[in-house]
Amino acid sequence: MDSGEQSGAAASPGLEQPVLEVRGVSKRYGSVHALRDINFEIHRNEVVGLVGDNGAGKSTLVNILSGALHPTSGQILVDGAPVSFKSATDARDVGIETVYQDLALAPDLSIWANLFLGRERTVSGPLGWLGWLDRRAMMSRSVEDLDRTKIHIASVSSRVGRLSGGQRQAVAVGRAVAWGSRVLLLDEPTAALGVEQQAKVGDLIRTVSGHGIPVLLISHNLPQVYELCDRVVVLFHGRVIAELRPKETDLDSIVSWITGSAMLAGKTAR
Amino acid sequence: MLKVEEHQRDLAETAEEDETGGVPWFQRFMERIGALWTLGVLVVLIVAFGTVAPTLYTKAAWLATASFAVEYLILAIGQTFVIVTAGIDLADGATLGFSAMAGSLLMANMLGSHDSGGLTVVAGILLMLATGAGIGLLNGLIITKMKLPPFIVTLGTLTAVTGATDLLNNGTEITNLPGFVTTLGTASVISGWLPVPVLVALALALVFGLVLTRTRFGLRTYAIGSNEVAARRAGIDVDRHLVRVYMISGLLAGVAGLMVTANFSSASPIAGANDELYAIAAVVIGGASIFGGRGTIFGTVIGTAIIALLTTGLVLANVQPFWQQVAIGAVVVGAVAVDRVRTVVGTD
Ligand SMILES: Nc1ncnc2c1ncn2[C@@H]1O[C@H](COP(=O)(O)OP(=O)(O)O)[C@@H](O)[C@H]1O
Ligand SMILES: [Mg+2]
Repeated sequence: MDSGEQSGAAASPGLEQPVLEVRGVSKRYGSVHALRDINFEIHRNEVVGLVGDNGAGKSTLVNILSGALHPTSGQILVDGAPVSFKSATDARDVGIETVYQDLALAPDLSIWANLFLGRERTVSGPLGWLGWLDRRAMMSRSVEDLDRTKIHIASVSSRVGRLSGGQRQAVAVGRAVAWGSRVLLLDEPTAALGVEQQAKVGDLIRTVSGHGIPVLLISHNLPQVYELCDRVVVLFHGRVIAELRPKETDLDSIVSWITGSAMLAGKTAR
Repeated sequence: MLKVEEHQRDLAETAEEDETGGVPWFQRFMERIGALWTLGVLVVLIVAFGTVAPTLYTKAAWLATASFAVEYLILAIGQTFVIVTAGIDLADGATLGFSAMAGSLLMANMLGSHDSGGLTVVAGILLMLATGAGIGLLNGLIITKMKLPPFIVTLGTLTAVTGATDLLNNGTEITNLPGFVTTLGTASVISGWLPVPVLVALALALVFGLVLTRTRFGLRTYAIGSNEVAARRAGIDVDRHLVRVYMISGLLAGVAGLMVTANFSSASPIAGANDELYAIAAVVIGGASIFGGRGTIFGTVIGTAIIALLTTGLVLANVQPFWQQVAIGAVVVGAVAVDRVRTVVGTD
C-alpha cells in the first residue's frame, strides 16, 4: 500500500547523493576497538535498520552520529558535506535528530511545551526580551506539526505524562520532524511498548520516511526491522559484516549474520 | 494510504480514552482540583478558627498574620523555583540572617562616619541583595560544578553562613539604623490595612508567578525538574539555569532580610533561623512536588497563608504554642502524602 512509493527511491540509491554517509569511521576505547572502518549510506525516503548483538557497537555508532562521541578516525557527511560535532547540539544543527530509547520528553510539560523546548518562541517587543512566551503561536504551530506527521492527539495542552507510550513516542518523533531534521535516528523506539503500540510506531516511521526524512532504526525487534526497513546494516564485533535487503533475504539469514554463524559458514553479503 | 488514516484514528481514540475512561477516577479528581484543595483547607481553617476565636476577623489579627507571613512568603517564592527543579535550598533562612546583618552593619558604620544620607540606605539595601544573591551563586556553583546533591550543599552553607553571621557583629544585634529602614517596616497603604512589607511580598509573588508560568525561564525551570536529561538534550544550559535559580532564592532571602530588619528596626544574628523549614513547608503544602517538575507560586502563597493562619489562629484560640509546630508538621506530612498519592496513581 504505502510502501510502494518508497521502494522506488530505495531501489536506486546509488543515483542520488546520500543524506547521511559514514566513511571509514572507527572508534577505540584504549585497546578496545568498538568500531572498525564503518561505511554506509542512508538515502532519502529510506528506512535503514542497524542491528547487531550486544556489544557489537550500535550504541557507539549512534552516539557518534548524534554528536555525543567523537570518532577516533573517519568522516561523517551530511548531504555530501563533511561535518564534525562537538556536542549533540551540533549534530542537531545539521539536521541529525536522535530520538532516544528513554524518550527525551518532560512528562510534566504539555505537548506543545515539549515540542518547543529549547527553542521556545517569545512575543515580539520588550516583553519578548524578557522571555515572555508566545504560547498561542506555539500551540497552533504544534497542532500543524503533529498533523503533518499524522499524529492526532486530542489537545496539545495535555501533559505528556498522561499519554500512552506510543503517543509519547509519536510526540518525540513529531518533535524531531518539527525541528526540520534531515535524518532521524531512532534508538530502540519500541522497546518499552506493547504489540499494538509497536505497530503504531511502525506506521509512524513509514509516515516520516514518506515525508522524505530517512530513518535509521536501531532495534532488537528483528521482525519489525525486517518488516519496516528497506535495508539492514549488520554490525558484528565493531564491523559491518553484512548489508541486507529484507526483500531479497529472509529473517533467519539476518539472524545468522547477527550471531556470526553466517560468517563462519563463509557466506558473503553486500 | 488507508492504513495511515486508520492509524490517525487510533491515536486520536487513544488520546480521548486517556482523558475519560482510561484513567482512574481518583486521579482525574486530583488533577481537576489541582491546587484548589489547599485553598479549600485555607477556607476551612479561616472558618474554624473564626468560630472558635472571633477576634480572627479583626484588623489587628489580619495585620499580625500578614506581617508574620511576609518573610516566609518571600523565602518560599525562591524555594518554589528551587523545588520545581527538584532541588532544595536549606540555606535560605541563614542567608536571610547573614545578608540582613551584613547590610545593617554597613549602614550602622556609614551612619557613624558619614551623615545619614540616602546613600547609606541604598548601599545597605544593595549589600543585602548582593550578599543574598552571592550566597545563592555559591550554592548554585557548588551544586552544578561539583555535581553534589543540593540537600548536602545547602546544608553545608546553612551551617557555614550561620557561623559567619555570628562573626559579623560578635553575635549581637545592630539597632543603629537609618530612619528610612524603620519607616519601610511601619508604613502602610489602604488606611493601614496593607503594610508595605506585605505589599512587597505580594508584588514579588505576582512578578515571580508570572516568571514561572509565562516566560521561557519558567518553562525551562519546570523542564529541568521534570526531566533533566530531556532539558539537556533540548540544548538548554542546565547548569547555568540552576545557578540562576539558586541565585534567585538567595536574592529573595536578601529581600526577606531587608523586610525583617525593617519590621524590627534592627538586625539580629538569629533572624531567619529555621525559616527554611517553614518556606519548604509552604511550598509543599502549596502542591509542589519535591521530585520536581510541579509547583506554582499561587500554591505557595496559599501554603504560606495556611502556615501563618495556623500560627495566629492557634494563638488566638489560646492553644499552647508548641501545638503550632505540631499542626504545621502534620499539614506538611499530609501535603507530601497527597503529592505521593498523585504521583503514584497518576502519571509518571
Ligand atoms: N566507554 C567505554 N569504554 C570502553 N569500552 C566501551 C565503552 N563503551 C562501549 N565500549 C565497548 O565497545 C563495544 C561496543 O559497545 P556498544 O556500542 O555499547 O555496543 P551495543 O550498543 O551494540 O551493544 C563493546 O565491546 C563495549 O564493551
Ligand atoms: Mg547498546
